[in-house]
Amino acid sequence: MSSETQDLNAVRARRRLPRINPIWFVLAALIVAIIVYNPNFVQPVGYMNFLKRAAPLAILAAGQIYVIVSGGFDLSVGSTITLTVIGSSMLLNNNPDATWWVILLMYAMGLAIGLTNGLVVSILKVPSLIATLGMMITLSGLALMWSGGAPRGYLPESFRYFGRANITDLPLINILPISLIVLAVVVCLLWWLMHRTNYGRLVHAVGDNPRAAVLAGVPLMRVRVSAFVISSLTAVTAGILLGGFAGVSTDVGRGFELQAITAAVLGGAQLLGGRGSVSATIAGALTLTAIFTLLNFVGLPQPVREVVQGLILISAVAYAMYRRRHAVH
Amino acid sequence: MSAVPPENPQGPPVLEMHDVSKSFPGVKALDRVSFHCRRGEVRALVGENGAGKSTLIKILSGVYQADEGTILLGAKEVHFAHPVESLAAGISVIYQEFSLLPDRTVADNIFLGREPVRRGMLDRARMWRETQESLSLFGADHGIDPGSVISELGVAQQQMVEIAKAVSLEARVVVMDEPTAALDENECEVLFGIIERLKARGTAVIYITHRMREVDRLADAVTVLKDGRVAAEFDHVPEASLIINAMVGRELRDFYPPAAGAEEIGEAILTVRGGGNDKLFSIDLELKAGEIAGFAGIQGAGRTALGRALFGIEPFTRGAMILEGKEVRFQSPRDAIRAGLTLVPGDRKAEGLLLMQSVTDNGMVSARAFARLLAGHGGSGRLSAQRMEELFGQMEVRAADYRQEIQFLSGGNQQKVVVARWLSLAPKVLIFIEPTRGVDVNAKAGIYNLMRELARGGAAIMMISSDLPEVLGVSDRILVMREGRIVAEHRRGVGEATVMADATGHTEAAA
Repeated sequence: MSSETQDLNAVRARRRLPRINPIWFVLAALIVAIIVYNPNFVQPVGYMNFLKRAAPLAILAAGQIYVIVSGGFDLSVGSTITLTVIGSSMLLNNNPDATWWVILLMYAMGLAIGLTNGLVVSILKVPSLIATLGMMITLSGLALMWSGGAPRGYLPESFRYFGRANITDLPLINILPISLIVLAVVVCLLWWLMHRTNYGRLVHAVGDNPRAAVLAGVPLMRVRVSAFVISSLTAVTAGILLGGFAGVSTDVGRGFELQAITAAVLGGAQLLGGRGSVSATIAGALTLTAIFTLLNFVGLPQPVREVVQGLILISAVAYAMYRRRHAVH
Repeated sequence: MSAVPPENPQGPPVLEMHDVSKSFPGVKALDRVSFHCRRGEVRALVGENGAGKSTLIKILSGVYQADEGTILLGAKEVHFAHPVESLAAGISVIYQEFSLLPDRTVADNIFLGREPVRRGMLDRARMWRETQESLSLFGADHGIDPGSVISELGVAQQQMVEIAKAVSLEARVVVMDEPTAALDENECEVLFGIIERLKARGTAVIYITHRMREVDRLADAVTVLKDGRVAAEFDHVPEASLIINAMVGRELRDFYPPAAGAEEIGEAILTVRGGGNDKLFSIDLELKAGEIAGFAGIQGAGRTALGRALFGIEPFTRGAMILEGKEVRFQSPRDAIRAGLTLVPGDRKAEGLLLMQSVTDNGMVSARAFARLLAGHGGSGRLSAQRMEELFGQMEVRAADYRQEIQFLSGGNQQKVVVARWLSLAPKVLIFIEPTRGVDVNAKAGIYNLMRELARGGAAIMMISSDLPEVLGVSDRILVMREGRIVAEHRRGVGEATVMADATGHTEAAA
């Protein structure tokens, strides 16, 4: 029997297994648990509020997955969120007429942050973990400097609209948060880009084997830099939603970078690049939010939440490594 | 020939290997090989790539374990389960890739893992003194002292540190795997001097080389391996031609496709004039439409470097490249591909495959890299995934499903996919590096025929291979490289011995 036939058999055996990502089962189980604690969750107000709360993280994670699949990490997104919220409140200065150009300016800032991350990684060859860690510290410093330590002013209603407002009196679902529409649009766009375009396949190629990708003609730098840009732009989007939802503070984005990475890992992304799915990452973000919701119900304080998040991150990566070791070869 | 003759050249062997066999899945790497080496003797171990030299050495040093056969060291039977055991027994292997810690000192490296301790403290003074003693074997000071940091030493000096380590371990057998590969003329002479001194101390030296000149210069005895067997054994150094004939002398298999007819070979597509860089010197080369140009040479002769230079990976820094009458300068593979060049890399896993991606994705990657980024990944027309899968079918890529990850395919099928990647781009020049490495015999024939068909279609094919019969069997023209230069050019039909003689620089041996 040739090794080829063995290969074929092994693959046939693999293909008999269901192909649904296990994260969806985990999410389903958690939602059942939430419903047990709080039967009101089945009401539109219940689950819509849940989705509204999850939207910033889900958007952020959908951007992070681009960097992860391309073989890197983006730790600067939490600080980018903070800077977006602080920057918007400083620039708006309680003037609702400025909303649109401030939002535009924030996206320009996100573009600049992403470009810098990508170019530092591509040209200066700084490992992305370190490059974006440096960016994270720099940006949070900038946010503090800008706000003078304590945030002044508040965000006008016109800005908070995206994160806070709902469309009400709808048939069937009754209410629909604006942030959920934003989430749906961003996710569809990023899902299409990752899983239906040439660009998405090249992001996978670069993360799988950069040397082989370059020898095959893939423009490595362009692909890598654009992945960081996408991640930064989603961070600005998440910042705009969070500013509306939670208001102005200097630690509004704290910890979001690791939550986004955890969501991607829960969704089965390969941490060293080459494999990952936008939809499974969204499931990962919802799962994480569901866990936090449950912890809230149980009445555990914030520090416990962080302990749990850390443990989830480590276990999810350990599980991914275990699966990899036991993969068919 | 040696400065100090061994005390008793016919004494009992310090090392004997009897009927050693070793199989890997699908290959018998060694077939009842017997080998011996005496005190104070330099025994040359020669053979083509894949003849089994490395496997033999790895068994000797405990990296691999033999399936059958016995090893006697000083007349006592030994079994090494791990390199540490063979090292302790007195066998030191100096590989081409050194095993030194680059950021530590010479003394640290020589005493690595057996640092002397005095009153619970590291005995630096003793390390220093003994390192000095080992180094003194080399005679004059060669710019190494026990405190030198390895990464600041040259290749030749690092090699001396490796040898000093072997001396310090009181090795009875020292194995050197192509030690002159990275050395210049003067450094070689220094090395040869050191080997003479090792001999004088009674150390047995097993010297692996491709270069007949060195066998002539150094060896007392020669063992020739071919296809996993001992092809010849000499207790003296015979005529180089005798050794070369024993190394080759394999029948050409009949699966090579026919040569190009004279009328099929067209104009030069790619011309290089006076090309050079760190590894290449005065390269003048024409790759012609319809022709397969084969490149032969030993490891490190510059064949791969030439392919990489043409493809813009490590570009030429001197000279000119002319593609279809226009001067071109490629600074990256992307430039080269855009102009119509392609390269099938030698190390498929490291440089060719996207292991976690599907078979189709691996075939499509180059088409996508040059298509509109936001276009659908299914592609369209000549560059569509559907056409790619039809191409896989024509090339008989065997996979349960083209959506499965490519890592689950066999080597031959993986290679076909890497080639298919390029075909959709209709390249003018195709560079193949070791196109059939790790590929079974049937798939080999498929790849040869494919190369011939591409040439018939008007492409220029450059084939770089360490498998000499393959180069001779497939190529219309054979270019031989040595030390970064093209040293000879032959037509199809040239004998292996002639090419081998050119490749090793032993021209008199040409039959």
